[in-house]
Amino acid sequence: MASIHTVTVGGKAGQGVKALGEVIGELLNELGYYVFILDDYPSLITGGHNFNRISFSEEEIHCSHKETDILIALDENTIEKHRKDLKDGYFILYDSSEFKIEEKNAIGIPSEEFVEKANVAQRMRNSSFAGALCYLLGINFEFLEKTFGVVFGDKAEPNIKIAKVAYDFTKENYRPLLNIKKIGERRKLITGNIAIAEGLVAGGLEVYIAYPMTPSTSILHYLASKAKEYKIKVVQPENEIAVINMAVGCAYAGKKVAVGTSGGGFDLMQEGFSLAGMSENPVVAIESQRPGPSTGVPTYTSQADLNYLLNAGHGEFPRIIVAPGTQEQAFYKAAEILNLVWKFQVPGILISDKNLSESWKNVSLNENKIYKAKPKLFTNGEYKRYKFEEDGVSPLAFPGTKGVVVKSSSYEHDEYGITTEEPEKIAKMQEKRFAKLKYIEKELENLETVKIYGEGENAIVTWGSSIGAVLEAAKKLNNVKIVQVLYLSPFPKKKIAQELKECKNVVGVEANFLGQLCDLIFANTGIEINKRILKYDSREFAPCELYLKLKEII
Amino acid sequence: MLETRASITWCPGCGNFGILNAVKKAISELIKEGEKKENFVIASGIGCHAKIVDYIDVNSFYGIHGRVPPALTGMKLANKNLKVIGFAGDGDAYAEGIEHLIHSAKRNTDITMIIHNNGVFALTTGQFTPTSPKGFKGKSTPSGNIEEPINPLKIMLASGATFVARGYAARVEHLKKLIKEAVKHRGFAIIDVLQPCVAFNNTYQILNQKVYELENFDTKNLEEAMRKVEEKDRIPIGIFYQIEKEVFEDYF
Repeated sequence: MASIHTVTVGGKAGQGVKALGEVIGELLNELGYYVFILDDYPSLITGGHNFNRISFSEEEIHCSHKETDILIALDENTIEKHRKDLKDGYFILYDSSEFKIEEKNAIGIPSEEFVEKANVAQRMRNSSFAGALCYLLGINFEFLEKTFGVVFGDKAEPNIKIAKVAYDFTKENYRPLLNIKKIGERRKLITGNIAIAEGLVAGGLEVYIAYPMTPSTSILHYLASKAKEYKIKVVQPENEIAVINMAVGCAYAGKKVAVGTSGGGFDLMQEGFSLAGMSENPVVAIESQRPGPSTGVPTYTSQADLNYLLNAGHGEFPRIIVAPGTQEQAFYKAAEILNLVWKFQVPGILISDKNLSESWKNVSLNENKIYKAKPKLFTNGEYKRYKFEEDGVSPLAFPGTKGVVVKSSSYEHDEYGITTEEPEKIAKMQEKRFAKLKYIEKELENLETVKIYGEGENAIVTWGSSIGAVLEAAKKLNNVKIVQVLYLSPFPKKKIAQELKECKNVVGVEANFLGQLCDLIFANTGIEINKRILKYDSREFAPCELYLKLKEII
Repeated sequence: MLETRASITWCPGCGNFGILNAVKKAISELIKEGEKKENFVIASGIGCHAKIVDYIDVNSFYGIHGRVPPALTGMKLANKNLKVIGFAGDGDAYAEGIEHLIHSAKRNTDITMIIHNNGVFALTTGQFTPTSPKGFKGKSTPSGNIEEPINPLKIMLASGATFVARGYAARVEHLKKLIKEAVKHRGFAIIDVLQPCVAFNNTYQILNQKVYELENFDTKNLEEAMRKVEEKDRIPIGIFYQIEKEVFEDYF
């Protein structure tokens, strides 16, 4: 097993922790290492304590590892906060222009002096730490130079200047701690939210509509920044209710649309989500979870919205729900669900969570591998928006089509879309909508609904971003397979039953209080999962702690 | 003319009939004048007014309570060529979904909203709405409504609406003209239509006495429009305000 190293950068909000974290991540990415960055911050703009944890290894790593080799402290508080996580042989790089500490393993970086020496703007000061770190990791400076180009584009130059000053200073006074060489090619370093955004676009997205809400907001930011390049429309309306209704209107008029929010925002969307179900207008909602109920803990992570989303919106209607757990899966599944909802004319939800949405991982994505499906389009004859078909899917036409009248409705309706309150017609239309379910299930058989890792008599069942910590923890366990549930609706019960029925021990791992996936599996398969490792303190699973808990059971 | 298979279920004498006739005439004439029938989309919220989408043979979207403006905006984002006309009741537009009206006006999205303003929630059998007068006795306010009504057109003027008008359901020809102008207007257009409710708020008599058509009114003067929409002794109908402004959808 290749060793995993971690650099932790900490400071106050507004000190540029995140940008420095990204530079360090990209530097290691440039050298061909596998990288995972956790971005941890409280809900405030200035002050508090933010940190980025950059874990890297020659082998793929699936989550953040808190055991820190090098701590970069932009303020004194950082040292106290992270001391417990320091490994033997650790080093601390601290801003000695801000504070002084007496410690054998601490290296003071006088960033103020370097700003003057390099003659650059104040806001470049953090790049001193990138320069110092580059030397201490034994990395050739040219790689850092290239990295600044990648991260800052034409603003790279002053950052390179100050980083070089720091690099030379460190070289004069210290020896490298590691000897990191280029071992491979760079991959794409992206957050889960960027992966979702890219996946939606690869899947054919035309319009993205969202009201800001952590931790989904960066999808909105990313797509807004790319709107021209991707030829998509990105809109921020007055609230989530407007968002979902705008999206349904957009789908009705023929454009592939997605919306993004977190739990509280989706609460407001439920009536519109139900409208999409009744009117059979395909809309994808991205729901990136944070702890609730209510405001909860806005900038941290949770997997507590599963039960809710399975039943969101009043009334009964089929829906497709997928929960990717990794940045790669986020890309492929986002493209997949957008195509699926159009194929079947149902609403869909992609469930993410803060730990997936805002953590960075470097990945290789292949656009040619994404799932594509053609919607069933009207060709000729008399048009009925809700025409009865065996698979429940009526041919689509859009307003603006000559000779066609498209009547879409929230009210129960006949095949033409005209209101009905006749019991026979009502029952028949409900049966029509649910006729799709069987065909959706059939289609999903060709897609990855449950992912199995490894083999063994024991099984760990998990979903969403918890898969990362589970994969890391299981590296040290024997005789265990991991069952990651990707599709939650329709629920892949046969596959799951098949995987679990012969197992000696089954452990559920999820970031909620009730063990919602475990309950869902029981409801669908009758397989009881009583061994549950649940976390509901708003922080992601840490692989070492998870390993200790799993070892006791398996 | 633009008939559908649906049978009309409004009360005999309902003000909605006047609105329906005016809309059908307006759309038919616009089609004759060169607009393509397939580009019309009508949408409704929830309430008595909402049944109108079933009664006109053009593309339609039966939406949910209060949410017609964003649905129409979504359609325009998808296809700029569509002529989208939304219907909402006073409860629908001014209570449940007032934020959408304000923000659609602010955006100047190219949609037309026709508000069936009868001053009462009728389909739920008679409760006060934001436009019911103080003292209105409804089933939820047996001792009389304790709130002052709002003036929706004042709110629309303040929000940046670029076409603000009032019509009367019983003046079908006049209303038809207003609707045609509103649909032709590029930008956010609202027509507040005074609509008697024969079951819960029958205002025919009083409106017939008070309503008069605006003539030679300067529709470019915001202050004048603000004053005019407030007039109470006599009730003016017609266009109060109309200006040209960049349209939301054109930015994309």
